Amino acid sequence: MAFDIYDFTSLTSSIHEGLATFLPPVGVLIAEWLLVGISVLLFVAVFGLILVYLERKVCALFQQRLGPMRVGKWGLLQTIADFIKLLMKELITPNKADKFLYNLAPFIVIIVTFMAIAAIPFAKGLQAIDFDIGVLYVSSVSSLGVIGVLLAGWSSNNKYSLIGAMRSGAQIISYELSVGMSLITMIILAGSMQISEIIQAQSTGWFIFTGHIPAVIAFIVFLIAGTAETNRGPFDLAEAESELTAGFHTEYSGIKFAFFFLAEYVNLFIVSAMATVLFLGGWMPFHVGSLDGFNAVMDFIPPIFWFFGKVMFVIFLIMWFKWTFPRLRIDQILTLEWKYLLPVNLLNILLMTLIVLMGWHF
Amino acid sequence: MTTTTLDFDTIKTQEYLVNMGPQHPSTHGVLRLVLKLEGEIVHNVDPVVGYIHSGIEKMCESLTYPQIPHLTDRMDYLSAHMNNEAVALCVENALQIEVPDRVKVIRTIMDELQRLASHQLWWCVMGMDMGALTTFFYGLRDRELILDIFEETCGARLTLNYSTPGGVMFDIHPNFQKRVKDFVKYFRAKLPEYNQLLSGNVIFRERTIGIGYLSKEDAIAWGVTGPSGRASGFACDVRKHHPYSAYDRVSFNEILRTEGDTYARYQARVDEMAESLDIIEQLIDNIPQGDHQVKMKGVIKLPEGEYYQRVETARGELGVFIVSDGKKNPYRVKFRSPGFSNLAALNHMSKGAKIADLVAIMSTLDLVIPDIDR
Amino acid sequence: MNQTELADYIGILFPEAGITLGSQFPTIEIPSEKLIALCLKMRDDVNLTFDYLFCLSALDLSDHMSVVYHLESTKHGHCAVIKSHTSNRENPVIDSVNDIWPTAGFHEREAFDLLGIRFNNHPDLRRLFLDDSWGFPLRKDYTDPARIVER
Repeated sequence: MAFDIYDFTSLTSSIHEGLATFLPPVGVLIAEWLLVGISVLLFVAVFGLILVYLERKVCALFQQRLGPMRVGKWGLLQTIADFIKLLMKELITPNKADKFLYNLAPFIVIIVTFMAIAAIPFAKGLQAIDFDIGVLYVSSVSSLGVIGVLLAGWSSNNKYSLIGAMRSGAQIISYELSVGMSLITMIILAGSMQISEIIQAQSTGWFIFTGHIPAVIAFIVFLIAGTAETNRGPFDLAEAESELTAGFHTEYSGIKFAFFFLAEYVNLFIVSAMATVLFLGGWMPFHVGSLDGFNAVMDFIPPIFWFFGKVMFVIFLIMWFKWTFPRLRIDQILTLEWKYLLPVNLLNILLMTLIVLMGWHF
Repeated sequence: MTTTTLDFDTIKTQEYLVNMGPQHPSTHGVLRLVLKLEGEIVHNVDPVVGYIHSGIEKMCESLTYPQIPHLTDRMDYLSAHMNNEAVALCVENALQIEVPDRVKVIRTIMDELQRLASHQLWWCVMGMDMGALTTFFYGLRDRELILDIFEETCGARLTLNYSTPGGVMFDIHPNFQKRVKDFVKYFRAKLPEYNQLLSGNVIFRERTIGIGYLSKEDAIAWGVTGPSGRASGFACDVRKHHPYSAYDRVSFNEILRTEGDTYARYQARVDEMAESLDIIEQLIDNIPQGDHQVKMKGVIKLPEGEYYQRVETARGELGVFIVSDGKKNPYRVKFRSPGFSNLAALNHMSKGAKIADLVAIMSTLDLVIPDIDR
Repeated sequence: MNQTELADYIGILFPEAGITLGSQFPTIEIPSEKLIALCLKMRDDVNLTFDYLFCLSALDLSDHMSVVYHLESTKHGHCAVIKSHTSNRENPVIDSVNDIWPTAGFHEREAFDLLGIRFNNHPDLRRLFLDDSWGFPLRKDYTDPARIVER
């Protein structure tokens, strides 16, 4: 099996050929589906746990404490222990809840995140499916998550859950616009919606550097809107614990709660991955003009590390927001979106179009 | 083809009831609020208290005067020393005992340390209620140092039981002065951090300025005292207007603001922390020599009559009203607790606010539920 | 105004009030039917302006219930105590001062809860701490079969 950490196409094609030797074409397809499915599942589970651990450590860093330290070395096994605990907990369904929708909601939320991960490019050739409308696909699929949140809030038959779900609905649908707009800004620059092409277009320089001011503005707007989309602080008022105890997932326990919890972190990853793809060059190494020696050193670092390094950087930024800012109020959140971010975004698109038309970008 | 049109006159929103509490993260204990909401907007708040009513007033009727202060710790546990002191002062005034200067100064220093500890805890919880979870650990980090001083002084960290009728329970520890001075120096440097983290934050300011307005007249009429009242311009600092212990010999400012909103109440408490540091600094080097206790009779009997003592706790004005019939037990004890009156004004202040505002308003009233329930 | 001036001033306005000077506050004893008139006068008279009711306590004095109002004027800085009592101990009734000082509302609910004093014209007279099956624990004849409080 050919394995090249710089280009995963050799690995995937060798797996494909290996399967084709003893399976009919339909069997190959099914086997590959299974393989991708299992890898995504494993990735979500493991990376979710890592993110939870990371969040606790980052949070501890901001709060001048150590964070988990007891389970395993530096508390490394803490999240695994927590996960086992959640698995073993009793699943409680309120008597007056709409049983079907109540049980359906966490699955919708988690399935949506799985679907979005399919289009994320982890490294060269390591992408489950490379749509020619990849950006559109990710942004439309990730906005489906709000249905799960609304269902959870509605079917729990709890007023706190309902308020939380309504807040979440208003918030996610509003911020979807800003996310979409800043994506469009970058699509104008890239000239393609295919994720692999967008990354390829950044081989000479990441968009945040080559796209002038509009790219920086779009990046900031995307970070704000992305944070809001993932329901994280300072936009966490869907689950605002000091107001609504736990918002839309108040009534959930055990593994169903864990699904919401996991989905939040995977969404965080998806938003960061999209920011990485569109603004920070995806898995492209950092290159400076004609400094060939420097560029060669950068090229030596495998793309998968570049990708995760950048994703972690964005994730750290978003965690930083969460642990420093107080929460906004519902009307302020909507004001921020409709009165500030959206007009800024529309102007930004115009500006970007102008720059692309006049060829002012690098 | 028929088109259905929505008739907006027939679509009505409905008021609904939400029980906030008794187990709720931001009611700080077992307070229950019955909210009448329309969407996010609060129409009416009906506080339901009594979940931890402990009958302290009734119990006091069967206790002797030296025993009573030990119960008062459990009322407003964040102002434990002020509660002790209120009863002690009331009994001393009734018996017309003059306690030594040393006792007065020690009590004042302990009062201010207690006030600082209480305000620190309030500050970190305020941040948490607003969604800024990090503040919690900054406040607790500094509060821990005060609790350590308390522990060294009297062995307890929360329920101090330090002031008794006739003086204080123990003399101060030899390290006391040094540790308090170290703390004042340390905390003076840390106080700007509090402002940097919350006061200047644009989201925090947006959330608090203009929210939960309480006019001066309303503050007086509703009896909202303490920093909450002073933020509305109600000059109600008992330390200034009816000085007790050593407050008549220190100079400090009564923090008065005129805005009367949530931010003013917040700022009043933060400013008060600096004033407390000033008071401690003025006294800590001048603790007079002398006894820490007046020799009291074995059985204290108050002359027949009614005695009232007011002190300023971290939350506002605490009143102790003792009616004595000349026996060793009081005939009736009434505690006028600051949280009780402040809570009564909550409905008035939060009408028309949003749920998130209600949490912020409640947070700036700094409610401690055992103080309300007694 | 100091205590004697206060006593003289109020004594002229309300001759039926019994005024005693104490070590702390002057005490004005007033029959319950005159209570509201006195309270209104105390609050609205420009020389008195007792606008701040800082304590409202109720006592069981074995043949009647007494209600004690501690007042302060934030304008003039003087304090006074009003005392009034109900005629009937078993079914005590007195007028509410909730309309004069809104802070009284909660204190009166507490007095109703713990001593069973009914306040006329109180907008929301419900029990505050205890539920309806309790007696009135601060009454002197209260017995607690569970012996929560020992005497």
